Amino acid sequence: MLPDEFKTKLVHIVGAENVADSNASKLVYSFDATPQFQSTPDGVVSPRNTEEVASIVKLCNEYRIPIVPRGSGSNLSAGTTPTEGGIVLLFKHMNNILEVDQENLTVTTQPGVITQQLMEAVEEKGLFYPPDPSSMKISQIGGNINENSGGLRGLKYGVTRDYVMGLEVVLPNGDIIRTGGKLAKDVAGYDLTRLFVGSEGTLGIVTEATLKLLPMPEEKQTILALYEDLEAAARTVSQIISNRIIPATLEFLDQSTLQVVEDFSKIGLPTHVKAVLLIEQDGNKETVENDMKKIMDICRENDAVEVNSAKSVAEAEALRTARRAALSALARLKPTTILEDATVPRSNIAKMVAAINTIANKYELDICTFGHAGDGNLHPTCLTDVRNKEEIARVEHAFEEIFAVAVELGGTITGEHGVGAMKAPYLHWKLGEEGVSAMLNVKKAFDPNNIMNPGKVFAKSERKRVVVTR
Amino acid sequence: MKAIEKQRIQQQFQEKMDYDELLNCMRCGFCLPSCPTYIESVQDERHSPRGRIALMKAVVDGEIEPDEEVKRSLDMCLGCRACEPVCPSGVQYGHLLEQARDIIYQNKTSSPSAKLMKHFFFHQLFPHQNRMINFTSLLGLYQRSGMQKVARKIGVMNLLPDSVRTMEKVLPNVPTKHEMKYRERHFQPKDAKKKRVAFFSGCLMDTMFLETNKSSIKLLQYAGCEIVIPDQQACCGALHGHGGEKEKAKEMAKRNIQAFEEENIDYIITNAGGCGAFLVDYDQLLKDDKEWAERAKMFASKIKDITSVLVELEFHRQPLSLDDEVITYQDSCHLRNGQKTFMEPRTLLSSIYGATYVEMKDASRCCGSAGIYNILESEMSMQILDYKMKQTVATKAKTVVTANPGCLLQMKSGIEKEGLSDQVRAVHIVDLLLEAYENIRY
Repeated sequence: MLPDEFKTKLVHIVGAENVADSNASKLVYSFDATPQFQSTPDGVVSPRNTEEVASIVKLCNEYRIPIVPRGSGSNLSAGTTPTEGGIVLLFKHMNNILEVDQENLTVTTQPGVITQQLMEAVEEKGLFYPPDPSSMKISQIGGNINENSGGLRGLKYGVTRDYVMGLEVVLPNGDIIRTGGKLAKDVAGYDLTRLFVGSEGTLGIVTEATLKLLPMPEEKQTILALYEDLEAAARTVSQIISNRIIPATLEFLDQSTLQVVEDFSKIGLPTHVKAVLLIEQDGNKETVENDMKKIMDICRENDAVEVNSAKSVAEAEALRTARRAALSALARLKPTTILEDATVPRSNIAKMVAAINTIANKYELDICTFGHAGDGNLHPTCLTDVRNKEEIARVEHAFEEIFAVAVELGGTITGEHGVGAMKAPYLHWKLGEEGVSAMLNVKKAFDPNNIMNPGKVFAKSERKRVVVTR
Repeated sequence: MKAIEKQRIQQQFQEKMDYDELLNCMRCGFCLPSCPTYIESVQDERHSPRGRIALMKAVVDGEIEPDEEVKRSLDMCLGCRACEPVCPSGVQYGHLLEQARDIIYQNKTSSPSAKLMKHFFFHQLFPHQNRMINFTSLLGLYQRSGMQKVARKIGVMNLLPDSVRTMEKVLPNVPTKHEMKYRERHFQPKDAKKKRVAFFSGCLMDTMFLETNKSSIKLLQYAGCEIVIPDQQACCGALHGHGGEKEKAKEMAKRNIQAFEEENIDYIITNAGGCGAFLVDYDQLLKDDKEWAERAKMFASKIKDITSVLVELEFHRQPLSLDDEVITYQDSCHLRNGQKTFMEPRTLLSSIYGATYVEMKDASRCCGSAGIYNILESEMSMQILDYKMKQTVATKAKTVVTANPGCLLQMKSGIEKEGLSDQVRAVHIVDLLLEAYENIRY
């Protein structure tokens, strides 16, 4: 329940139509796309501009009420689940693209713009915004920045972080600051832009962003390589990279994933093989042709049973769309789908794939694996049933081992989804206690009252992570 | 809502809702961009499929009470099922919605006016074809006697909500009672017989839209079908099913199964997207009924939209021609999302010589008609229609083609509302195809 006085003041800031605290509205914002996490907020508020955001933050700081900034709620680390109550802050009114600057190749946008709409708007002008999370049709750019989202083009083009040049942020004390900007070179002081990107809403609220754009690549080609052996596919990935070719996209799907994706997309994916690689290259025509020829040779040398080119732009797009649906499509098989985000240096991708299979067998679990093989970012996905307590316990152990192996192989606990509440208990595995402590000090400096998305990134204490939180 | 009602509803949610299906939603949100009410409510999760499923599940789990707001969220849904084809997890949202609405309406005393309206439509009118005929002929009397003119002149219509007022203006000129009552029930193909089919004539289609049904028969004859119209058939029950009157819907289903199973036929042809999608789902509706499950399956397997059978019989290769004009197509949600039929109408329309087919943006988005939704939820319906009209106008089409009576009336209302009635027309696809076919021959 929101305190009466607080609610009155909130209504005064944004108007009654932008404050909701009925049971139904609280319930529908009690979750994001992360399985097993749900927690009801005390209210939902939709500010119309930066000043209103700042006033809300000041008010929350005064009353010590948690704020959870939330885009479309498509994230997979419980980063936007209001685990400690408080208010969920929506950006539905802050959804304008403010400027596409064709001289400096930047776009300046409000956080509530849907990622795909931003991409389409710049593409209309022959420009290119590369980060393309699988959720791009629904996710908002503010959410992408907060989670530092990756995507299918991450291998060659990097992640969201590599495109954020400047931000407007409301700090937990209500101050409005601007970081970075359109300058290609700017070394004045700490790089706060980078600090806020991927901070998962724990340090402040992004209210505007200036993003870097690239010229649209002239040509793009897509192939699908089929394998009878998982590790042969994984080997191909390392071989391509060690041959000094950086494809735009290099995606891996195992047989079970292929089968469910085909069941949904019906585009004629080869479901009879053990694994496929979806490979794309873009750039100027000559480079693309040369690279693709070499890539196809490498696939064949590494026991690909078949290598096919997409016959048309539509066919290539269908393949990418199907790949993006992989996670949700897997949900057809069992009631609960738990997806992980383990990442290793790409030279170790074959070892990681093999380890996942061994661990799945050991714990007698259905784990399908797909992911951005090219950047070492795998999504082992467990198909289970939350009602089966005994199996869920095995799932926890299995994922713990998967993370341990990933870190051992020089990897990390999350490649692109963020730590959120889901992986907070493991953060120290990757950072060490000192690393976590350094980050906590940054958090305390910005947010001494811990109102900004509390309970995320940092675990209160080490505990089993797959706990249903209500 | 009264405490006792809430308690009863909650209990039945626990007993009757398909919990596996509720769990099947993994909350990824891929449905959001396809949901018209989510878009038009400026991204309110309460009006999204993901939000509604979460509410249903929370009621089952006892986390929230089924209060007015939960009911409101479910009422606001058009039932267009645009969320189903885009759902990678394959959640059968339409079935969940039907189950939930059925439970709520069977246990809740609704407002007297809504109740009266529903009772009138669902129990008194649609199930009885004779009453449909009488009702429609009253409308005919109203149209022909000059009463319509008088009513408009003295402004009686101003007492009605906007949507109904516009609707009154666009209703077709209905046939006479005699025409509706006494009609042939068996037709031979014009040339060689390729198929023997039964025609599902529908309640509204066989009264108010009798002309369109006649065109359908002619097209089927031209395409090589022998056609029977079983006279024991009834309303399909879609309105009842979607409106929370499942038992009534089952009753209609059984009458229809019985009426059609006596005929030895290849297909059962429908020309109304809404009816077709409900008929094709009879096997789901009656799956727990031992006596009827198998028969329902057999029935459902024979349902085919008229555009499908026309394409199958290669009608689009026949010479078809219209004047030089742009035509566009508004998908019937249920034809597209329920029966998965969307290429066939486009194939047929694109093959008309002279006319240029232009796809409108978001052709698959609901027009806002949705049964009697446009009467019950007039405001949202008009908002959705406004967007649709914007896209229609952008195509510069002179003819907007539809495949369902509700959509047809809604698009006509939209045209009227925009003041375009002298420039743009809305027609049912079969009427346009017949026009194009006969254009060549006369």
